[in-house]
Amino acid sequence: MNCRSEVLEVSVEGRQVEEAMLAVLHTVLLHRSTGKFHYKKEGTYSIGTVGTQDVDCDFIDFTYVRVSSEELDRALRKVDALRNSGGDGLGQMSLEFYQKKKSRWPFSDECIPWEVWTVKVHVVALATEQERQICREKVGEKLCEKIINIVEVMNRHEYLPKMPTQSEVDNVFDTGLRDVQPYLYKISFQITDALGTSVTTTMRRLIKDTLAL
Amino acid sequence: METDLNSQDRKDLDKFIKFFALKTVQVIVQARLGEKICTRSSSSPTGSDWFNLAIKDIPEVTHEAKKALAGQLPAVGRSMCVEISLKTSEGDSMELEIWCLEMNEKCDKEIKVSYTVYNRLSLLLKSLLAITRVTPAYRLSRKQGHEYVILYRIYFGEVQLNGLGEGFQTVRVGTVGTPVGTITLSCAYRINLAFMSTRQFERTPPIMGIIIDHFVDRPYPSSSPMHPCNYRTAGEDTGVIYPSVEDSQEVCTTSFSTSPPSQYKTRSRQILINSLHSISEPCRYSLGTSDQGWYNLLMVPGKEGGVPLASNQPVHGAQADQERLATCTPSDGTHCAATPSSSEDTETVSNSSEGRASPHDVLETIFVRKVGAFVNKPINQVTLTSLDIPFAMFAPKNLELEDTDPMVNPPDSPQTESPLQGSLHSDGSSGGSSGNTHDDFVMIDFKPAFSKDDILPMDLGTFYREFQNPPQLSSLSIDIGAQSMAEDLDSLPEKLAVHEKNVREFDAFVETLQ
Repeated sequence: MNCRSEVLEVSVEGRQVEEAMLAVLHTVLLHRSTGKFHYKKEGTYSIGTVGTQDVDCDFIDFTYVRVSSEELDRALRKVDALRNSGGDGLGQMSLEFYQKKKSRWPFSDECIPWEVWTVKVHVVALATEQERQICREKVGEKLCEKIINIVEVMNRHEYLPKMPTQSEVDNVFDTGLRDVQPYLYKISFQITDALGTSVTTTMRRLIKDTLAL
Repeated sequence: METDLNSQDRKDLDKFIKFFALKTVQVIVQARLGEKICTRSSSSPTGSDWFNLAIKDIPEVTHEAKKALAGQLPAVGRSMCVEISLKTSEGDSMELEIWCLEMNEKCDKEIKVSYTVYNRLSLLLKSLLAITRVTPAYRLSRKQGHEYVILYRIYFGEVQLNGLGEGFQTVRVGTVGTPVGTITLSCAYRINLAFMSTRQFERTPPIMGIIIDHFVDRPYPSSSPMHPCNYRTAGEDTGVIYPSVEDSQEVCTTSFSTSPPSQYKTRSRQILINSLHSISEPCRYSLGTSDQGWYNLLMVPGKEGGVPLASNQPVHGAQADQERLATCTPSDGTHCAATPSSSEDTETVSNSSEGRASPHDVLETIFVRKVGAFVNKPINQVTLTSLDIPFAMFAPKNLELEDTDPMVNPPDSPQTESPLQGSLHSDGSSGGSSGNTHDDFVMIDFKPAFSKDDILPMDLGTFYREFQNPPQLSSLSIDIGAQSMAEDLDSLPEKLAVHEKNVREFDAFVETLQ
């Protein structure tokens, strides 16, 4: 099975990075989250309700919709790289949806990605307030285009993991949240102006995956 | 085109499409209400949320949607359209976007109604939630209020895109294939407005006259009860239980600021009218004149439920003609509000704005004086003979003063100017009365409230008089002005040289500002 890959590019000012990233992440996760599954007898299950919430950006003339889940929002905001927004640079964020495949001992479960969203962020530094104001509007318009792109991909109705049985639900969904259930995902960053950083990130991820049992 | 769909699946599909259409309308209209929408997630299925999404139902909107559908479903050639338009407070309207729910003939016979179609419709609704925030009308709707409002209209049939102007753009929200056809949801939006942007409407000056405040309460009634959705996991074929939906919904009595225009939706016009009635009194500025020609600016405090003011003070004195305006106080053109019987802080000011009454007429007209704070006496018509000095018990018991106070005992001479005018234009005298009846101007002691005489050499009244008549600035006098100008010009090169030396400091300072 091939992993579906989508790439989005945005140019933002330093203080807009976090909001732009969150807008994209939340829009994708809105489409890739369901209500909590409640399994019953005979293999049936019921699904909880997903609420939504409008979020106004402070540094961009833009409003996006996210899932009403504080836990999910906190988890996304915890990602440190979102805040590393100083100076010029080119960074890349990957949001990867994956399925776990059980392996025999001593091997750890395999994580098989089925959809990867890559957002390339070009951070610019602006000198005057007027430029910033123009940037606010322009970035808002660009993000509107990105949302339309995301929605277009989502509605192609391409591969989605099958709805799992109760025993396998943790291989497909992140069941750790109380109110919603997104597909299993992970977020990684790469800042290309510091090669050392990118290597460290990759090594860290490899070690984490290997040790995870 | 009918397929091998069994009757149960057909029923379910029809129900899904019907409620999808209703929810679509709700999402679109709620996104144009002008405020942020927030609904809660629920881990347990409530049984009342179609497509596992918390989308509230506004009853008026549902009613309008059902009325438009009239028991039919979107089909080939029969689309459900939601038209969003803008209407200014002057009555001009413009279509902004048209959302279309269409069905075409392309069928997907293999798809499972109960599971796949339902989930894809849910996904499509999520996409609609996202897309409704990115079209240009969203930002306009967030700023609706004084200058314009956003309206909606639902119709069923052929899509009418003529009102969107030239060069409109379309965005496809998504499609869902079903055994009876493919459902497509799209939006066509005007782009001219995108270039005008909200700036145009922000720059529009406030409408003079009545300003209508369109903020209304938000109606969020509870939705009808539904049974929980039960699903089978993949691979099982036994029957599935679906939610049974009651069509009836509670009618909401609150009103709602967006409503469709003119001939199509008279009921919704009523909703708009109701919404206008439900809002608090607007902030209204108007110029009113009393019968006696007094000009006052009436101010009705606004949005917090302000109380309309009582009218201007009726002034007795039939002698006062329309043109006769008495100068009573030093202040010009100020506004005030007064209630007749208030004992709180009130002022009544009558200002003269035109006309120069003869002194005799002035004297014979009624003076409505400024009354100090916390005065018990009602501020009604005051005649010359019944004037009371405020805080009379604190006033100096200077009979001479009172005698010469023309407000108490007006001079008989017709050439005498208004006593207050006289006091204003005097060069200021401190203390004591100087009722010099031989002069044209009668010097009196001007008694501001709370003042006491003879305690300080410079009392409040003196200060007040001097303040009213300051000496002319020396720089404004011609000789001195010319001299200083010449000196300034001569010294310019030196000053420039000094500034140039400090250029770096200035640049550093400017950089700290950025």
